[in-house]
Amino acid sequence: MKGLGELERSIMDILWAHEGPLTAREVGRLIADRDLAPTTVMTVLDRLTRKSFLTRTRDGRAWRYEPAASRDAYVAELMLEALDMTGDRSAALTRFAQTVSGSEAEILRKALTELEEE
Amino acid sequence: MITAAVLTALAVACAVGAWRLTSARWPWRAPRAAILLWQSLGVTWGLATVGAMLAYALEPYGAGVVYGLHAFADSAISFGMGFGLLQPYDLPRVAALVAGLTLLAVLVTVLLAAGALTLRARRRHRVLLSLIARDDPGVPGVRVVDHPGAAAYCLPGLRSEVVVSAGTLSLLHPDELTAVLAHEVAHARERHDLVLLPFSALTWMLPWLRVVRDAHSSVALLVEMAADDRARRYCSPRRLATALLRFGTAGAVPAPNGALGAGGEQVMARVNRLIKPGATLPRRFRYSLVTFSVLLSASAPLLWIYPG
Repeated sequence: MKGLGELERSIMDILWAHEGPLTAREVGRLIADRDLAPTTVMTVLDRLTRKSFLTRTRDGRAWRYEPAASRDAYVAELMLEALDMTGDRSAALTRFAQTVSGSEAEILRKALTELEEE
Repeated sequence: MITAAVLTALAVACAVGAWRLTSARWPWRAPRAAILLWQSLGVTWGLATVGAMLAYALEPYGAGVVYGLHAFADSAISFGMGFGLLQPYDLPRVAALVAGLTLLAVLVTVLLAAGALTLRARRRHRVLLSLIARDDPGVPGVRVVDHPGAAAYCLPGLRSEVVVSAGTLSLLHPDELTAVLAHEVAHARERHDLVLLPFSALTWMLPWLRVVRDAHSSVALLVEMAADDRARRYCSPRRLATALLRFGTAGAVPAPNGALGAGGEQVMARVNRLIKPGATLPRRFRYSLVTFSVLLSASAPLLWIYPG
């Protein structure tokens, strides 16, 4: 059996790839790992809902789950922080280098060309 | 009175020292020793400023800051039980006592709050990474985020993770990528985030104070230089330099809030250092710098317990 993190990830991938909400049973059918107990799928769906990555709506006796935001939205959130553009000067990450703008970038570009020609 | 005066002098000396250090160039020749000096300046400044106020306030007890605090707490408790304060207090001393304790509380709280916020941001980042980032067989042990922008960073923690974007993978030459990863691994291994945390906290608390902002960016630059120095043992410094320049000019995303500024200057400083390495500071200078930092850090606590 895969670790929980791995499972969360594949379930998110399934839901991102699928148009419209799915029930736990449908998710279980789409998942590659056939030996998975239905309760495990339910547990992971529940965890993801509690972490607000999924929203769920009642459908008869079952819940239907769908992603709270698109994959791209989360990628964008990661990248904003990675590029230090959240504006909160946080020390959460240590970055390799900042991207600079305008005239500064021109100076760097010139330096790069010189270095590459040597 | 002497202790209060010495502590005041020490606090002023630290502030002046920090201000001089922000414009100095020699720290670039020994980033690690300079980082230690910065840390001791920061700690000593805080303890000396608080200590000076408390030393003045608690002088009537005549036995130093730590003893005075203890005696004051005792007498305050017995005052609460109806025995009266041990010493008569005049207004300036009470004001100094309140100011000193408030500053101490604010410094500690801000540091803890900054730590908590940082931890929370990291936890969120880690969860997102686990859902989104993939492993790439080309760069084992590194998480890859599918985004065209250029990003390479370390998510510090007990299990630090090095992350690059797909944009970085296509932007850099393989040798340059090796150099970047070596740099990030150095950050992770030496926990440079912990070095920066108190300085970010201080910037957060006093954003309008120029010396604080400059101190933060000086330390940030020194930390990058220390990681560059570590990385160049495992890769060509020239490749690291071209990677830096390529990164700086990638300009994939325009800055939304004009948060960039000193960035270009810092990149050029690092590049020049990698291409034309000046002599590192002689060993005896580095050792005396370390000794001085240790003595400086010890000075304020000693003055706190000095009975005078």
